[in-house]
Amino acid sequence: MIVERPRDLLVKKILAHGFLLFFLTLILFPFLMVLSISFREGNFSVGALIPENPTLEHWVLAFGFEYTRPTGEVVSPPYPVLVWMWNSIKIGVIAGVGVLAIATISAYSFSRIRIRGKAAMLDGLFLIQMFPTTLALVAIFAIFDTLGEVTPVLGLDSHVALILIYLSGVTLHIWTIKGYFDSIDRALDNAAAIDGATPWQTFRYVFLPLAVPIMAVVFVLAFIGFINDYPIASVLIRSENQMTLAVGARLYLNEFRYLWGDFAAAAVLSGLPITIVFLIAQRYLVKGLSEGAVKG
Amino acid sequence: MTVTQMHSALPAKPWFRYAVVLLVAAGMLWAAFSLYLVGQALFGAILLCLAACFAVIFSSGKYYGVRFIFPGIAAVLVFIAFPVAYTIWIGFTNYSSFNLLTFDRTVEVLTSRVSIDQSTEQPFAVAREGETYRIWMPDSRLLSAPVTLSVEETAPLEQSDAPVTLLERRDAIALREGLGLLTLETPDGVQLRNAGLRTFASVVPEYVRTGPDELTRRDGTVLIANHRSGFFETSEGEQVPPGWRVAIGLDNFERIFTSEGIRGPTLSIFIWTFAFAGLSVFFCFAVGLLLAVILQWEHLRFKPVYRVLLILPYAVPSFISILVFKGLFNQNFGEINMILQALFGIRPNWFSDATLARTMVVIVNVWLGYPYMMLLAMGFLQSVPEDHKKAAALEGASALRVFFAITLPQIIPPFLPLLIAAFAFNFNNLVLIFLLTRGLPDIPGTVIPAGQTDVLASFTYRLAFDNAGQEFGLAGAITLIIFLVVAAISYANFVAMRRVAARRSGVGA
Repeated sequence: MIVERPRDLLVKKILAHGFLLFFLTLILFPFLMVLSISFREGNFSVGALIPENPTLEHWVLAFGFEYTRPTGEVVSPPYPVLVWMWNSIKIGVIAGVGVLAIATISAYSFSRIRIRGKAAMLDGLFLIQMFPTTLALVAIFAIFDTLGEVTPVLGLDSHVALILIYLSGVTLHIWTIKGYFDSIDRALDNAAAIDGATPWQTFRYVFLPLAVPIMAVVFVLAFIGFINDYPIASVLIRSENQMTLAVGARLYLNEFRYLWGDFAAAAVLSGLPITIVFLIAQRYLVKGLSEGAVKG
Repeated sequence: MTVTQMHSALPAKPWFRYAVVLLVAAGMLWAAFSLYLVGQALFGAILLCLAACFAVIFSSGKYYGVRFIFPGIAAVLVFIAFPVAYTIWIGFTNYSSFNLLTFDRTVEVLTSRVSIDQSTEQPFAVAREGETYRIWMPDSRLLSAPVTLSVEETAPLEQSDAPVTLLERRDAIALREGLGLLTLETPDGVQLRNAGLRTFASVVPEYVRTGPDELTRRDGTVLIANHRSGFFETSEGEQVPPGWRVAIGLDNFERIFTSEGIRGPTLSIFIWTFAFAGLSVFFCFAVGLLLAVILQWEHLRFKPVYRVLLILPYAVPSFISILVFKGLFNQNFGEINMILQALFGIRPNWFSDATLARTMVVIVNVWLGYPYMMLLAMGFLQSVPEDHKKAAALEGASALRVFFAITLPQIIPPFLPLLIAAFAFNFNNLVLIFLLTRGLPDIPGTVIPAGQTDVLASFTYRLAFDNAGQEFGLAGAITLIIFLVVAAISYANFVAMRRVAARRSGVGA
C-alpha cells in the first residue's frame, strides 16, 4: 500500500480501467440504444443496433411537425411533447419558487429566532419529511375532486392544484437551508441587531444575500424533483393537453399503440436539458445531503 | 438581545400591516364559508382554523417570531399531515365507485330519475310567434300559451285550431334544450314534458322523497336509507345504487385480514416490498461503494470523466430511463432479448415470469440508484483518516482486510441514516414499479388487482385509481399499514441520526 512495485501497479491499473470500462458499457448501453433507436426507421426493433437507414422522422415528430415519408405518406405527431415540456417547466418553476420562499423563511426562523417548542417542531418536520406524498394520493384525489366542485381552478386537471400540493415538498429543503444558515457566524446578526435591525430586516438584508448560492441549488433540486414527479401528477391530471412530461411519456409505450421510435426521440429531446441542469447542480446536492442531513 | 426587545424597534406602519392582515383573513373567511355552503364543512373548518391562526399571529406583536415559521408549518400541516390523516380516515369508510357520492347528492340523483308514461305520448310541433313560441299537439288539437323556451316554465294547453305556419322538424330539433325546460298542462291537469325529439308525454319521477331518510318508488315500494351500508334499501334488503360514503369502522381491515382473495396477495406483496427495498439498498450500496473505492484510488487517471459518466443514470429523469428499460426489456421487440438471442439463444419472458420480472425490477433499480450511493460514499471515504489505513498496512494487513476492518466500520455509522432513508424511499417506490411493470404479472386467484412485482404503494395506487372498482376505502386501509411501517423506519432513522450527531459533537468536544 505504501510501497508499490511498478509491475503490480501496472496490472492493477489495467484491471481498474478494464473493470470501469466494462461497467460503463453496461451502464451506458440504454442511452446509446435510445439514441440509435431515435434515428431508426419504424417503431419496432428491426434487428440492427446501429440504424441502417437513418431517418429524422421521429425527431421531426417530437418537435411537433408533420413528417412526409419518401413514399408521400404524411405522419402527424402522436403526442404534444413540447406542450408537455412547457407544462412541466411552468409547474416546476412556479412550485420551485414557492417552495424556495417558504423554505428560506422557515429555515431562517428555525436557525435564528427563539420560539417555544422549536426543537419539537424540528423533530416533527424531520419525521413528517419521511412520509412520501404517495401515501396521501387517495386523499389528494378526494380533496381536489371536491374542491373542483367549488371552483374548477382547484379541481382535477388543474395546474394550480398540482402546484399547491407540490408545496408540501418543502420539508427537506428547510433542513438543507437551515444547515447553511447554522454555519453563518452569529456575530453577523448580533451586529445587525445592535444597529437596530428587526429580525425581518436581518433576514432581508443580511441572510438573504448570503443565501443566494444555496437558494439556487435548492431551487434547481426542487425544480428537478417536480419535473420528475409521476404519482401526484398522474392522479390529478387526466387530459392530454394538461399533462406534464412525466405523465405523458408513458402513453408512447401503450400496449395497443407501441411507438418505440417516437418515444426514443421524445425521450432524448426532453431528457437532455434536465440531465444537463442536474449535472451542473449535482455536486452541491451531495454536499447538502450528507452534511445537511447529519447536522442536528 | 431577545426577540421582544428587537420587536420594540419595529418601524411604525402598523395600519398597513393590519389592513393586509384583515384583507387576507377576510378572503380566507369567505373561501371557508363557500366551502361550507357546498357541503364541505371539514375543509371549511380547516380553512377557518388557518385564517384564525393567520389573523392572530400576524396582528399581535407577541407572536412576532412565529410569523416566520407559520408558512412552513402551515404548508406541512395542510399538504402532508392532513392528506395522510384523511387517507387513513378514508380507510375506515366504504368510499369506492359504488359509494362515491355524498348522501345529499345520492338523493338528488335518485329523485331526478324519471320514467315516461308511454300511453300519454303524443307528437308535437312548434309554431313561432315573434320572439316566443307555441307548442302544437296535432293528436289532441291542443295549443300552448306563448313560451320563451329559455327558462323553466309551465304553460297551459287549450283547444284550438292548428297554427298557420309550423317550424320545420329540423328547426324544432334545434330548440330541444329549451323544450327540455318546458312543462305543459292539459285542461284536465295532466302535466306533459318533452320525452324525445318528436313527442311530449307525461313524465313521472321514479323516486319521491317522502321523509328525511325515506324514498318512495313509483310502484309504491318504500326505500329506507341505511346509514350503515350507505345505500337506500327496500324492506327485503335490496340495495338501490348509487350509494353514498359512510364510515364502516374496521370492515376494510377485516377484509384484508380475513378475505382469502385479499389476505394472500396482500401478505405476498408485503413481504416482496421489504425484500425489494432491502435488496435494492444493499446492491446499490455495494456497487456504489465499490466504484467509490476504485475512483478514490490515487493512481487512477481520468477520474472526472469516469465520475461524470458513472452518475449519468442518476442525472437522467427517472421516468424516462424507466420507460427506456421497459422498451429494452420488451419480450418481443426489445433490444435486450435481441442481444441475448444472438449471444445465447434465449429469450427470457421478463414481464410474464414472476422471478424474472422481480429480478428485472431490482436490476433497473440498482442501475437507477447506485450513483447516489457512489457519490455519498466518495464523500465519506475522504473522511477516513489515511494514517489508520497506513498503520494497518504496515502491520501486514491486505488491502481487502484494511477495507473491511478499518474503512467500512468508519463509514457505516454516518451512512446509516442515509441508508435507512433510501430504504424508506424504495419501500414506497411506486414510480419504478408502476412505469416498468405496472405490478404485473398478476398473482393468480385474487379478487383485487395484485401483481407479483407490486409493492404496497403501487398496490394501493392500483386499487384506488387503476381499475373499475376504485376501492378508495380499501386503499386507505392499506395506506394505514404502510404508514405504520414508514413511521417505524422514520423513527429508526431519527435515532440513527441523533447518534451520528452525538458522535460528531463528541469528537468536536
